[in-house]
Amino acid sequence: MTRRGFLGAVSALALIAILPRGAFALSDAQAKSLVDSVVKDINKVISSGKPLSSMIRDFERIFTKYADVPIIARSALGADARRASSAQLNAYTKAFQGYIARKYGKRFEEFVGGRIEVKDARKVKSFHEVRTTAYLKGQSPFAVNFLVSDKSGRAKFFDMIIEGISLRLSEKEEIGAMLDRRKGDIDMLTQDLKKAG
Amino acid sequence: MLFYATRTLKPKLTLPVLLAAALVLSACASEQAKNAPGGIYDPHEEVNRANHELNKSLDKHLVDPLSQGWGNATNGGAREVVANFSSHLSLPNDVINSVLQGNLDDALQNTGRFAFNTVVGFAGLFDPAKDLGWTRVDTDFGETLHVWGAAEGPYVELPFYGPSTSRDTVGIAVDLVLDPFFVVVRGPETYIGAVAYVFDAMGNRYDFDATVDSILHESADSYAQSRSIYLQNRRYELGMTAEDLYLDSGLDPYSDPYEDF
Repeated sequence: MTRRGFLGAVSALALIAILPRGAFALSDAQAKSLVDSVVKDINKVISSGKPLSSMIRDFERIFTKYADVPIIARSALGADARRASSAQLNAYTKAFQGYIARKYGKRFEEFVGGRIEVKDARKVKSFHEVRTTAYLKGQSPFAVNFLVSDKSGRAKFFDMIIEGISLRLSEKEEIGAMLDRRKGDIDMLTQDLKKAG
Repeated sequence: MLFYATRTLKPKLTLPVLLAAALVLSACASEQAKNAPGGIYDPHEEVNRANHELNKSLDKHLVDPLSQGWGNATNGGAREVVANFSSHLSLPNDVINSVLQGNLDDALQNTGRFAFNTVVGFAGLFDPAKDLGWTRVDTDFGETLHVWGAAEGPYVELPFYGPSTSRDTVGIAVDLVLDPFFVVVRGPETYIGAVAYVFDAMGNRYDFDATVDSILHESADSYAQSRSIYLQNRRYELGMTAEDLYLDSGLDPYSDPYEDF
């Protein structure tokens, strides 16, 4: 991959998304159709021509609707999540959600004129990997994979992986560093997350 | 993370030395089987962090301002021409590495692409080969070492260049001296590739300004963030399968969280 392609892929971390309801055991077809609708929503935002602020709002709506936010937030916090009270965890999760929406939503402008196409789905262990290709203006196409699970009770995406770069793992690194800076104080992290992104 | 001025290295006796170093390094690396797929093995973190600070301030005070100037002086079309040309000059090196990896299909595709774009694409300034499906297969000697069985080795952040691993560092050095364009072409033209690379890098710095800023200058720990992103992307490029990437790195978050509740 070229450096240009790599940077393009990283900037596309901003293209988050997700999925509606799937009944019992999720099938490949269900996982795929969920990503289909996510991608449809994202493509709609990209081509809407709306100002950035409303793109960010649209993005937040898509993210909270389709992503398994609690699991992404919790996994970004890592082992420290175990020592948090449920009130702390709830407050943190809410702050995390806003942070993600601002951080990645503000990058949506870069995707104007682009689109995502869903390719296929397959089962990997307990979840499904849905593969898509992103076509952005002036860049080589690159792979965006959604990891879908229904363990939350509904089919949702819990990670998005762009050319191998996992949104969840990258945020785990970031949130971990923020927590270290605050000497492990989860409440302070939550306060700061409300302004971050 | 944007330049390698080291293209100006003298190619003479360095190749055998580097190859020997490659073998030694990969032997050491394989003893340190610690770096399981998905893990981070960073025994030289202190030195790496010092290099990272250097790279960050180079970016802030030199690369970014120059890139903004370059970006403002050009349009997207001009930058794409530079990108095409720079990538075109790398093709012979890609071909050699594909051959060393035993991947003749890729070698042929890049060769066809090089020939076609040299003639029809005005010496590679344009990329009509893409429309025939002959896209560039981007490879390097670091990948060749991987194919040959060398282990990834410790994470390294190189001054001026950015994130790498010990295996990829050897790869970069070997690519510099193996590069046919560099070896064959003599005189001032030798440096055309380096110049194109530098301008292409500035164009990328400009076009991906928000991304670079968010990683280098806005994240809580830009060193850890660059390290994570580099390793994830590099391992993916080298063809690690989804199972390797997702499972060995503990990437199934459901394996624990919901059971905790």
